[in-house]
Amino acid sequence: MPRRNDLKRIMIVGSGPIIIGQACEFDYSGAQACKALRSDGYEVILINSNPATIMTDPELADATYIEPMSLEYAEEIIRKERPDALLSTVGGQTGLNLAVALAEAGVLEKYGVELIGAKIPAIKKAEDRLLFKDAMRKIGLDLPQSQPIKWDGQSRESKQSALDAGLDFAACHTYPVILRPSFTMGGSGGGIAYNQEDLLQILENGLELSPIHEVLIEESVLGWKEFEMEVMRDQADNCIIVCSIENFDPMGVHTGDSITVAPAQTLTDREYQMMRDASLACLREIGVDTGGSNVQFAIDPKSGRMVIVEMNPRVSRSSALASKATGFPIAKIAAKLAVGYRLDEINNDITLKTPACFEPTIDYVVAKIPRWQFEKFPGAEPVLGTQMKSVGEVMAIGRTFKQALGKGMRSLETGKADGAAVFQEDLIKARLITPNPDRLGYIRYAFEKGFTEDQVQQLTNIDPWFLRQVREMVDEEQLMAGLTLGTATKEQFLSAKRNGMADSRMARAWNVSPLDVRARRKELGVKAVYNRVDTCAAEFESFTPYMYSSYESTCESKPTDRKKVMILGSGPNRIGQGIEFDYCCCHASFALQEFGVESIMVNCNPETVSTDYDTSDRLYFEPLTLEEVLNIYDVEKPDGVIVQFGGQTPLTLAIPLKNAGVPIIGTDPLNIDLAEDRKQFGRLLDELKIPSPANGSATTVEGACEIARSIGYPVLVRPSYVLGGRAMAIVYDEESVRRYMYEAVTFSQERPVLIDRFLEDATEVDVDALCDMEGTVLIAGIMEHIEEAGVHSGDSSCVLPATTLSAGTIATIRTYTEQLARALNVIGLMNIQYAVKDEKVYVIEVNPRASRTAPYVSKATGVLLPKIAVGLMLGKKISDFTDAVGVLPVPQFFVKSPVFPFNKFPGVDPSLGPEMRSTGEVMGVGENFGEAFAKAQLGAGTPLPDSGQVFFTLDDRDKLPGAVLAKRLHELGFTITATRGTANVIRNAGVPVKTVFKVNEGRPNAVDLLKARSISLIIYTGTTGAAAFGDEKAIRRNALTQRVPCITTLNGARAAVEAIASRRRDPIRVWSLQEIHGSKKTKAGG
Amino acid sequence: MSTAVLALEDGTIFEGSSFGAPVERTGEVVFNTSITGYQEIFTDPSYSGQIVVLTAPQIGNYGAAEADNESVKPFIEGLCVREFSPLASNWRADESAQAFLTNAGVPVISGIDTRALVLHLRSRGVMRGVLSTLSTDTAALVERAKNSPSMAGLDLATRVSTTKQYPWTQPVVGCSPSEDFGAPAEQKYHVVAYDFGIKRNILRRLAHGGCRLTVVPAGTSAADALALKPNGVFLSNGPGDPEPLLNGPALEIRKLIGKVPMFGICLGHQILGLALGGKTFKLKFGHRGGNHPVLNKLTGHVEITAQNHGFAVDPDSLNANDLEITHINLNDQTLEGFRHKSLPLFCVQYHPEAAPGPHDSLYLFDDFVKLMADR
Repeated sequence: MPRRNDLKRIMIVGSGPIIIGQACEFDYSGAQACKALRSDGYEVILINSNPATIMTDPELADATYIEPMSLEYAEEIIRKERPDALLSTVGGQTGLNLAVALAEAGVLEKYGVELIGAKIPAIKKAEDRLLFKDAMRKIGLDLPQSQPIKWDGQSRESKQSALDAGLDFAACHTYPVILRPSFTMGGSGGGIAYNQEDLLQILENGLELSPIHEVLIEESVLGWKEFEMEVMRDQADNCIIVCSIENFDPMGVHTGDSITVAPAQTLTDREYQMMRDASLACLREIGVDTGGSNVQFAIDPKSGRMVIVEMNPRVSRSSALASKATGFPIAKIAAKLAVGYRLDEINNDITLKTPACFEPTIDYVVAKIPRWQFEKFPGAEPVLGTQMKSVGEVMAIGRTFKQALGKGMRSLETGKADGAAVFQEDLIKARLITPNPDRLGYIRYAFEKGFTEDQVQQLTNIDPWFLRQVREMVDEEQLMAGLTLGTATKEQFLSAKRNGMADSRMARAWNVSPLDVRARRKELGVKAVYNRVDTCAAEFESFTPYMYSSYESTCESKPTDRKKVMILGSGPNRIGQGIEFDYCCCHASFALQEFGVESIMVNCNPETVSTDYDTSDRLYFEPLTLEEVLNIYDVEKPDGVIVQFGGQTPLTLAIPLKNAGVPIIGTDPLNIDLAEDRKQFGRLLDELKIPSPANGSATTVEGACEIARSIGYPVLVRPSYVLGGRAMAIVYDEESVRRYMYEAVTFSQERPVLIDRFLEDATEVDVDALCDMEGTVLIAGIMEHIEEAGVHSGDSSCVLPATTLSAGTIATIRTYTEQLARALNVIGLMNIQYAVKDEKVYVIEVNPRASRTAPYVSKATGVLLPKIAVGLMLGKKISDFTDAVGVLPVPQFFVKSPVFPFNKFPGVDPSLGPEMRSTGEVMGVGENFGEAFAKAQLGAGTPLPDSGQVFFTLDDRDKLPGAVLAKRLHELGFTITATRGTANVIRNAGVPVKTVFKVNEGRPNAVDLLKARSISLIIYTGTTGAAAFGDEKAIRRNALTQRVPCITTLNGARAAVEAIASRRRDPIRVWSLQEIHGSKKTKAGG
Repeated sequence: MSTAVLALEDGTIFEGSSFGAPVERTGEVVFNTSITGYQEIFTDPSYSGQIVVLTAPQIGNYGAAEADNESVKPFIEGLCVREFSPLASNWRADESAQAFLTNAGVPVISGIDTRALVLHLRSRGVMRGVLSTLSTDTAALVERAKNSPSMAGLDLATRVSTTKQYPWTQPVVGCSPSEDFGAPAEQKYHVVAYDFGIKRNILRRLAHGGCRLTVVPAGTSAADALALKPNGVFLSNGPGDPEPLLNGPALEIRKLIGKVPMFGICLGHQILGLALGGKTFKLKFGHRGGNHPVLNKLTGHVEITAQNHGFAVDPDSLNANDLEITHINLNDQTLEGFRHKSLPLFCVQYHPEAAPGPHDSLYLFDDFVKLMADR
């Protein structure tokens, strides 16, 4: 069955903003699908609200819509573009949901759009729990046993018989059992019963909570071994398994929060084939026509009983991992299968000669380790369960599991891999029993403290084979620690390195520098070599330089003698350092190739486009540590290394690399460092006569208090060298400074704490600029934040072009930016944050590197900033790329809005502050600010209401301007409710208003109204005070659960009112990037 | 831990740790790319005369279980792995892989760069070698490798074949409470199975599909086979070069063609090819693994197959008037199966019985039963 010629235009649905559980793996899959279909001659129409993605680059589609992924906007795009088909399976759950919504609303039928990939019945069958169970039973697959328990809601007898039924079920199966009340919000009231007492309590409570008085009691498979199979199928019903994955953490931990290993390590062929047969049967029964799916299984380690857990009829996070783990590009192939190709009609990219219709086999071991950030969510318990909490992940490839795990641990960049983590002996058992982010660390620590493998196995239920591996790693570390740099033999070094031990770990044990260890082992001939990921365990020749390091005997790297540049990526996604930096790294790579320079990518994040072997000329899937980067440098000897695109990760390596003789291109690392150095940077600002908030830096608690006193409260305190405002806080008194210092100093060790005067009520402005070797500066974007200064720039909505800044202010910003760029000899990108208060412009922070906003500015201006930056690093001039001077023009209004993960962290106060907590972003485009902002809010999942009741409670200084907004909302048809003081001011402005109690004043209060779902918008200011009030938190938390937008700044409120007005005034309209920017393209750059 | 040495006839040396039995063995060094199923590989008699390199780096993890044996004992001459696990972690395991191989007298070399070894074999072709867990005298070992018998021209099949005929009725059994192969069919057909190194799962699959089997030695004459009044004759897999069988078993097999329905697997397929006038040749490094795509030309379907062969039938040598090519390998377009256009006979080069490997081609056992039923 060849390519379908009846289809011409295909719409691809992306996955929207990065959220926990849906990250840039869908940029990877979506970008692959776009490329695959376009290279085959199809016209591609794309919808994705996330501007930080590679897939939304105008080059990847014929029409790219960065629009909200809602039914109305998607329909408008379909109406306008008239695609023949819609590919639903490469945009994660968001993409699938939108496809289903479009089908159910009749939109696809109305416009004659065919759903390709997975059809609606298949999606329903896979996603509806009951339909799925029936389907699996039909094909003879086992599932966890379950039984619905019902109560009539009234009689005591009925309840008693329900409880008895529960006890009977538990008696037939063993404890624990899982209880799930039907139709409760977010599964509330459910739980795990470990004994009869638990069972009766949870069951009775659940019967009360469930609106239909029903609880599903289910056999527990906690502690069973967990596996995943990545499956593909074509229209001719050819099926293959791309990869098997085994979870290190047994059932009970979400697979996204589990350490996972590919291929499965503890299955006999009999068991593996049983699982393979079951996976294929599942795929066929669910009816996924074409594409990739993921099937999850649990196996009882005692009896071998296998149950199917779930299946995803689409490309998933695991399929991205499987693609990177095997070299088999699932999303790309899925796109080709969706348009009619058969698996045997597609060639294997890596071997070129053999077809894609085969099952990859690998001669190495892959480990994926999640990265969590509970520290950013005080109040959230760092415990892992069935809801995913990790914000990113790393993958490591080793010839053995031990080598992969060792590399993976140091790829995480937690600093724990080299033995610096602190553990408490009395916590060992608790940390082993309850899954948590430190569990692997505690397993290692338990072995160090003499726990046996059996003991650890009983506490964790982790497979004994994995525990033996970890135990062997610990043993070897202890053996090495007993030696010295001089006494360790070549064989001992080689064994340690082959088992994944870092130079830095040995260095720490021996109290020498990692470079000493490196020098010594190299002297002994213990050097890293590179093996290739080739899909076939070396059976066929590999034509794709996709490599990982090992300490084997033969190096397969085969470096070329071309002019080449190495790009250091950004490592695992984390809040503050995510897809935006990967976007920059990918474009750096594309630009190098365009300029005829070989691009070499180094990264360890399996979710990204940068780790697609298709992105760069050569890919090294390696940890971003000094050791590993130097190893690659030794083999490749690149002409230059780029550190300014990968966020903080490569920057921390910049100076050590430079000291080791590695040629860093672009802005000198010393100047990057200078911008972080308070004293030097302060001197520079003084010389340039550029104002900044009064500031100082401290390395002691007393020093910090003294500086805070001298510059005056409130102050902004933060550690140096962090991204995303990690541990940044605004403090209002000395006690808080002290408390802060105790935490911050342990965090950043010898790095000083920076203290700035905090400018209240200032407007914050972000500037991205380019500077070439001749000192020509081009300002790419002056972004005005919608929330006031004090909210982390990554958590604030912002708009291009600036809407309230005066011409004078903009001129000042322009002058300062040019001065700073020249003074720091910036070559490439830089980002500056300014605060504007009373027409005066202060510099808050300068980062001579690519910023989080680079992709957004690139999309808004139509000018690819990273590409130009790379050109500048190679010695080109700004005028080689663009005729624009001064500030790049912006043809429409573009609002960027953040997306927060608060719904995943119950109990956390969802307020905004100087510590960044958003995981992703969306962009809204409009002809006016209101329209762009409304779209951004809709895209961010916090749509503004069109009608209803608005609840106001305002800080005193906000009351008068707030009343104006209330009046406007009243005119737009909203009813107004306010707390007493606010209500008085609003009433005086002539607006009818209802008064309600504050939470601590009586009832009914605002929270009661929220719970009664009678409020549709909250405007609540005054939250930046010294003390946090319980009722504010209660309102914010409830607003979050009820999905009511809660606006906490007056500027935010103004923006919201404009957006609501636009919703009334402006039609639903969409613009593709190609329409907005026309044929304007960044010049080739000579 | 003591040292083990793998010495190849071209002088290449690999030193690693010694597991398994303290012994010195020679053989043709070949590699297998299966990720799972090492025990089935150890006990497949087709590996007789071969030292096996497994490309999967972690071997031994799940130990060894009696139920997974494909014959009475391990037949590999030696095993080369990247990392060998002395710990067996699986509910089905009866013993560790180490104990299993040690008891069978098989030497193991672990910790070597198996990928480098495979790259070497891929580019130079498979070659003879010595695996020693006794001696580290590399020069002497290379000499021994050079002097060991070459696989080409070697008849190993008759050596590993059973000496006495025996019956087989045991069907396949699920490996866990969750695996259900359905009830075995009534054993209505008597099949004479020539044992050239037969794997048990072939017997189990045939028995499950409705065959009552009599397994006979490789040297059984056509007359003796027909005297058993079979409904069909099956020709098994096995080790070594098929060509030396041309003047032995293949002559007898030729006499059976057309008299009874016939089905051959692997060496059985090669023998049928020879018996029908075709030629075989040695592949550079063979096909050994569980992921080979095979196109069934009759259905247009691609099957992912288990393979283990160092020789192949030259499709151009087959008489196209009588024979029809039914299966080809999509990796290198080599012949994977043919059938006779007028006589009840078909065969495949690969292993539909899997063990280890995917179950995509089990239909062939049903096809054989159908062939017998249609008579």
